[in-house]
Amino acid sequence: MRAGLSALLSHWLRHPVQLAMLMLGLALATALWSGVQAINAEARASYDRAAAVLGQNRMERIVSQDGGPIAQGLYVALRRDGWKVSPVVEGRLPATDLRLLGIDPLTLPAGAASVPVRTGADLADFLSGGGQLYLNPETAAGLRPDGLPALRTDPGLPPGTGLTDVGVAQRLLGMEGRLSYLLVSPGAQPDRPLPQGLVRRAPDDGTDIARLTDSFHLNLTAFGFLAFAVGLFIVNSAIGLAFEQRRAMLRTLRALGLSAREIMGLVLLELLVLALAAGMTGIGLGYLVAAALLPDVAATLRGLYGAEVTGTLSLRPGWWLAGLGMAMAGTLLAAGQSLWRLWHLPLLAPAQPRAWARATARSLWRQGLAGAALLGLSAGLLAFGTGLPAGFGGLAALLVGAALCLPLGLILVTGLGGRMARGVLVQWFWADTRQQVPGLSLALMALLLALAANIGVGTMVSSFRQTFVGWLDQRLASELYVTARSADEARRLEAWLAPRTDAVLPILSAGTPLFGRPGEVYGITDHPTYRDNWPLLAALPDVWGRIAAGQGLMVNEQLYRAEALALGDAVDLPGGPLPVVGVYSDYGNPRPQVLIAPESLMARFPDTPRLRFGLRVDPDRAGALAAALVAEFGLPDGAVVDQATLKALSLQVFEQTFAVTAALNVLTLGIAGLAMFASLLTLSGLRLPQVAPVWAMGLTRPRLALLDFARTLLLAALTLVAALPLGLALAWVLLAVVNVAAFGWRLPMQVFPGDLARLGGIALLAAGVASLIPVLRLARIAPAALLRVFANER
Amino acid sequence: MLLTLTGVTKTYATGEGPLTVLDGIDLALQAGTSLALTGESGSGKSTLLHLAAGLDLADAGRVELAGVNLTTAGDPVRAGLRRGTVGLVFQQFNLIPSLDVAANLAFQARLAGRHDPAWTARLAQVLGLSALLGRYPEQLSGGQQQRVAIGRTLAARPQLVLADEPTGNLDEATGDAVLDLMLRLVADTGAALLMVTHSPRLAGRLDRRVTLSAGRIT
Ligand SMILES: Nc1ncnc2c1ncn2[C@@H]1O[C@H](COP(=O)(O)OP(=O)(O)O)[C@@H](O)[C@H]1O
Ligand SMILES: [Mg+2]
Repeated sequence: MRAGLSALLSHWLRHPVQLAMLMLGLALATALWSGVQAINAEARASYDRAAAVLGQNRMERIVSQDGGPIAQGLYVALRRDGWKVSPVVEGRLPATDLRLLGIDPLTLPAGAASVPVRTGADLADFLSGGGQLYLNPETAAGLRPDGLPALRTDPGLPPGTGLTDVGVAQRLLGMEGRLSYLLVSPGAQPDRPLPQGLVRRAPDDGTDIARLTDSFHLNLTAFGFLAFAVGLFIVNSAIGLAFEQRRAMLRTLRALGLSAREIMGLVLLELLVLALAAGMTGIGLGYLVAAALLPDVAATLRGLYGAEVTGTLSLRPGWWLAGLGMAMAGTLLAAGQSLWRLWHLPLLAPAQPRAWARATARSLWRQGLAGAALLGLSAGLLAFGTGLPAGFGGLAALLVGAALCLPLGLILVTGLGGRMARGVLVQWFWADTRQQVPGLSLALMALLLALAANIGVGTMVSSFRQTFVGWLDQRLASELYVTARSADEARRLEAWLAPRTDAVLPILSAGTPLFGRPGEVYGITDHPTYRDNWPLLAALPDVWGRIAAGQGLMVNEQLYRAEALALGDAVDLPGGPLPVVGVYSDYGNPRPQVLIAPESLMARFPDTPRLRFGLRVDPDRAGALAAALVAEFGLPDGAVVDQATLKALSLQVFEQTFAVTAALNVLTLGIAGLAMFASLLTLSGLRLPQVAPVWAMGLTRPRLALLDFARTLLLAALTLVAALPLGLALAWVLLAVVNVAAFGWRLPMQVFPGDLARLGGIALLAAGVASLIPVLRLARIAPAALLRVFANER
Repeated sequence: MLLTLTGVTKTYATGEGPLTVLDGIDLALQAGTSLALTGESGSGKSTLLHLAAGLDLADAGRVELAGVNLTTAGDPVRAGLRRGTVGLVFQQFNLIPSLDVAANLAFQARLAGRHDPAWTARLAQVLGLSALLGRYPEQLSGGQQQRVAIGRTLAARPQLVLADEPTGNLDEATGDAVLDLMLRLVADTGAALLMVTHSPRLAGRLDRRVTLSAGRIT
């Protein structure tokens, strides 16, 4: 057994490049997969932490009707009256980015938070005059503690949030005697109405942020998986070659008395050792990938959805184990075919050793048929299936099916090329290219998947950006947005603004259940701002007139799709149902939403505060007006928002998203290039019998090398041609099927020919670079090496 | 003189130091004649043939083919001579695996710009290949492959046929038949033939016979 193992392993010592390819392929595949997983896990943990603080929106709250603070006296009165409520003060610490949360640990509902205050001594400190401020260690590092209470760190807190006693928070935020809201303990509460001016607000189900960013993570995961699959192609070709070359040795081992079972065991042992080593390397690399990408990802998520993600990685044991597991499973998967062949290895060598070339051609047909069946399955799933599993199943079948069909397609195309060619060299070129296809098929399949992933994800991100920015342009039609602090201030604002602006458009909203789910109703003034800009997916004629007349409502795309509504269907609202007269796109919003006339809204929800306004002004004057507003009314930061800033911000976000996807794109293409290089290198040795006769008949080696170069480029170009529709199909499935199933809205797909052309150029360049070394080798090969083909002594 | 070798020396660097395989070879071959090159295994027969074809270069001396000094001619010129003037038949792996028999037969003639379909068809018939035209090399037996290689060479009507143990992989009867064909066809086309063989019997059937030993012609 020992001797058997050392015989097996000696192969790798004699073929170090093959070993390096195997290890590199597996390590890179694992690296990309685990890197993406690390980023996702880190982000998810961050949301969970954010949500865990005060169970954020998971608890019912009591808030003031006008959105302003609640007098502390009211809280005391409620407690006396038997209400189980707990006070919270929340606000941004002046001159910092710190969100301060003041809580009362004594009345805080159980399960509300992972509050670090537990032990008695801590509790006393927390409540005492000076108090304590709990921060995430990273946040604490960037804070100058002038006038702040004693800082304590707790990694369980989300970044950018400080937790302290309610009294301390009131002092720091200048909110003495006032509270932001009251948390309501779960369970029975007095059966009495709340005092005038206070309302109960129902909890949200789940965390919004997590759901919003799911879209982003889903795409990252899909990408990571594709990269892993591409890496496995390298592993598969390296293992396949090693088995092919060791056939004779394995046969000898069998002849020497090792049973098939024993040999199988040895081979498995060898594979697992290699997988373990490569997997560990890959996880290390993945950590580096994640660490390098995470700041970008964090910035993207923060900008895109306002979700805070810590910019550093923490090592999770589960992640390590999952990465290693993936590496092992991947290796076994990639080795499956070789292992099967090994198990069925006949003891005697086949009579005609070169018959395998024929067998390969036949297996390409079989493979192509299987691929076609998968494509059919994919079409069926996408056309008739519903839900996320069908979407992803269709996607997987599409990619695998296309990859399986590729070699057969190349065989057919090169065969056609040969039949149409005139010159003898051109005919040979086609025929020889055709013969290369089986040997290169795995590398070309890897290239196909990498290119398709690039095209698909690139198109998706670009479409996302284009649509989202365009949509923002339309939805943020007003130049300025202002929020008043109280109803009284709102009235004064409106009066003051009327002569200074082209239009003051109140933005009214109320929460209400829609089809049994928590939803929102918006009141929208009939104004050209909306008529001209609001992006509609479907509408009856004179939709704005009907809404203004109180004869209809518009629903967002999410609600429209989720309830399979049609124009004209009735939607139940307090105060009577209204028919759907239009549908608008509402990207990123997880909730159902409807639009009605402001008058209808006030009639149906009389308590709705009128605090937010959109202001139409000459864009050149917007900045001055915003400054004047702040000066005149002493509005706090954030109460006046100008549209240009918002748009610039969202554009910046997309640049960051791009940075992340671009980095992943480059890595995936790099892996595919490597697969190509590995295959070409191993093939270049096997190719000599094919080129030597042509050389002997009078073609110079540089000429042959040039033809080989052209051959690689031709195959890459043909693969590129196949990758184009596949990539676009991938994008379409992601945008129109997966996104709809997962998030309820559909992104219009947009194709950017410039991007595709650039990608094509890069792919050809990568193929050229990958073939450079084998080609240069051929150009300078010693005649003796070619002559050896014809002599049988050596 | 079609082919002249004067004082040709070839030394290989091997693990045990330099190995002088050819040590001052003088040889000449006239158009329309045939010459058998014999010698023990490892005596340098193939090496000499390769130098004559311009596949490799001599270390010293002069190899002249159709009036061109191969030693000083560049790679493209030598490749051009192989294309247009020389026909090569090796012991094995002569054929282009990606092309079928018909394409292999016509390949060199088309490369040389001398493709004559009628002549090629006749060759195929004489060589007994007419039924195999659609097959690929790997679907042929060794003897069939050698017949295709010979047919390919003759189809191009080269001035010089260089054959390195073309029947070495064949059984005696087949070998004899193949050699018969080759001699007849060479005579028909008026080409010169230089054939390496270790079989004295076969060598005796050619016009002249020389033997290589210890790097010299005897
Ligand atoms: N490329 C090479 N490198 C080193 N030694 C070589 C090379 N080619 C041939 N030889 C050696 O030169 C000698 C002559 O070889 P060869 O011409 O093939 O002999 P023959 O064809 O007569 O059997 C042999 O000893 C062989 O080992
Ligand atoms: Mg020899």
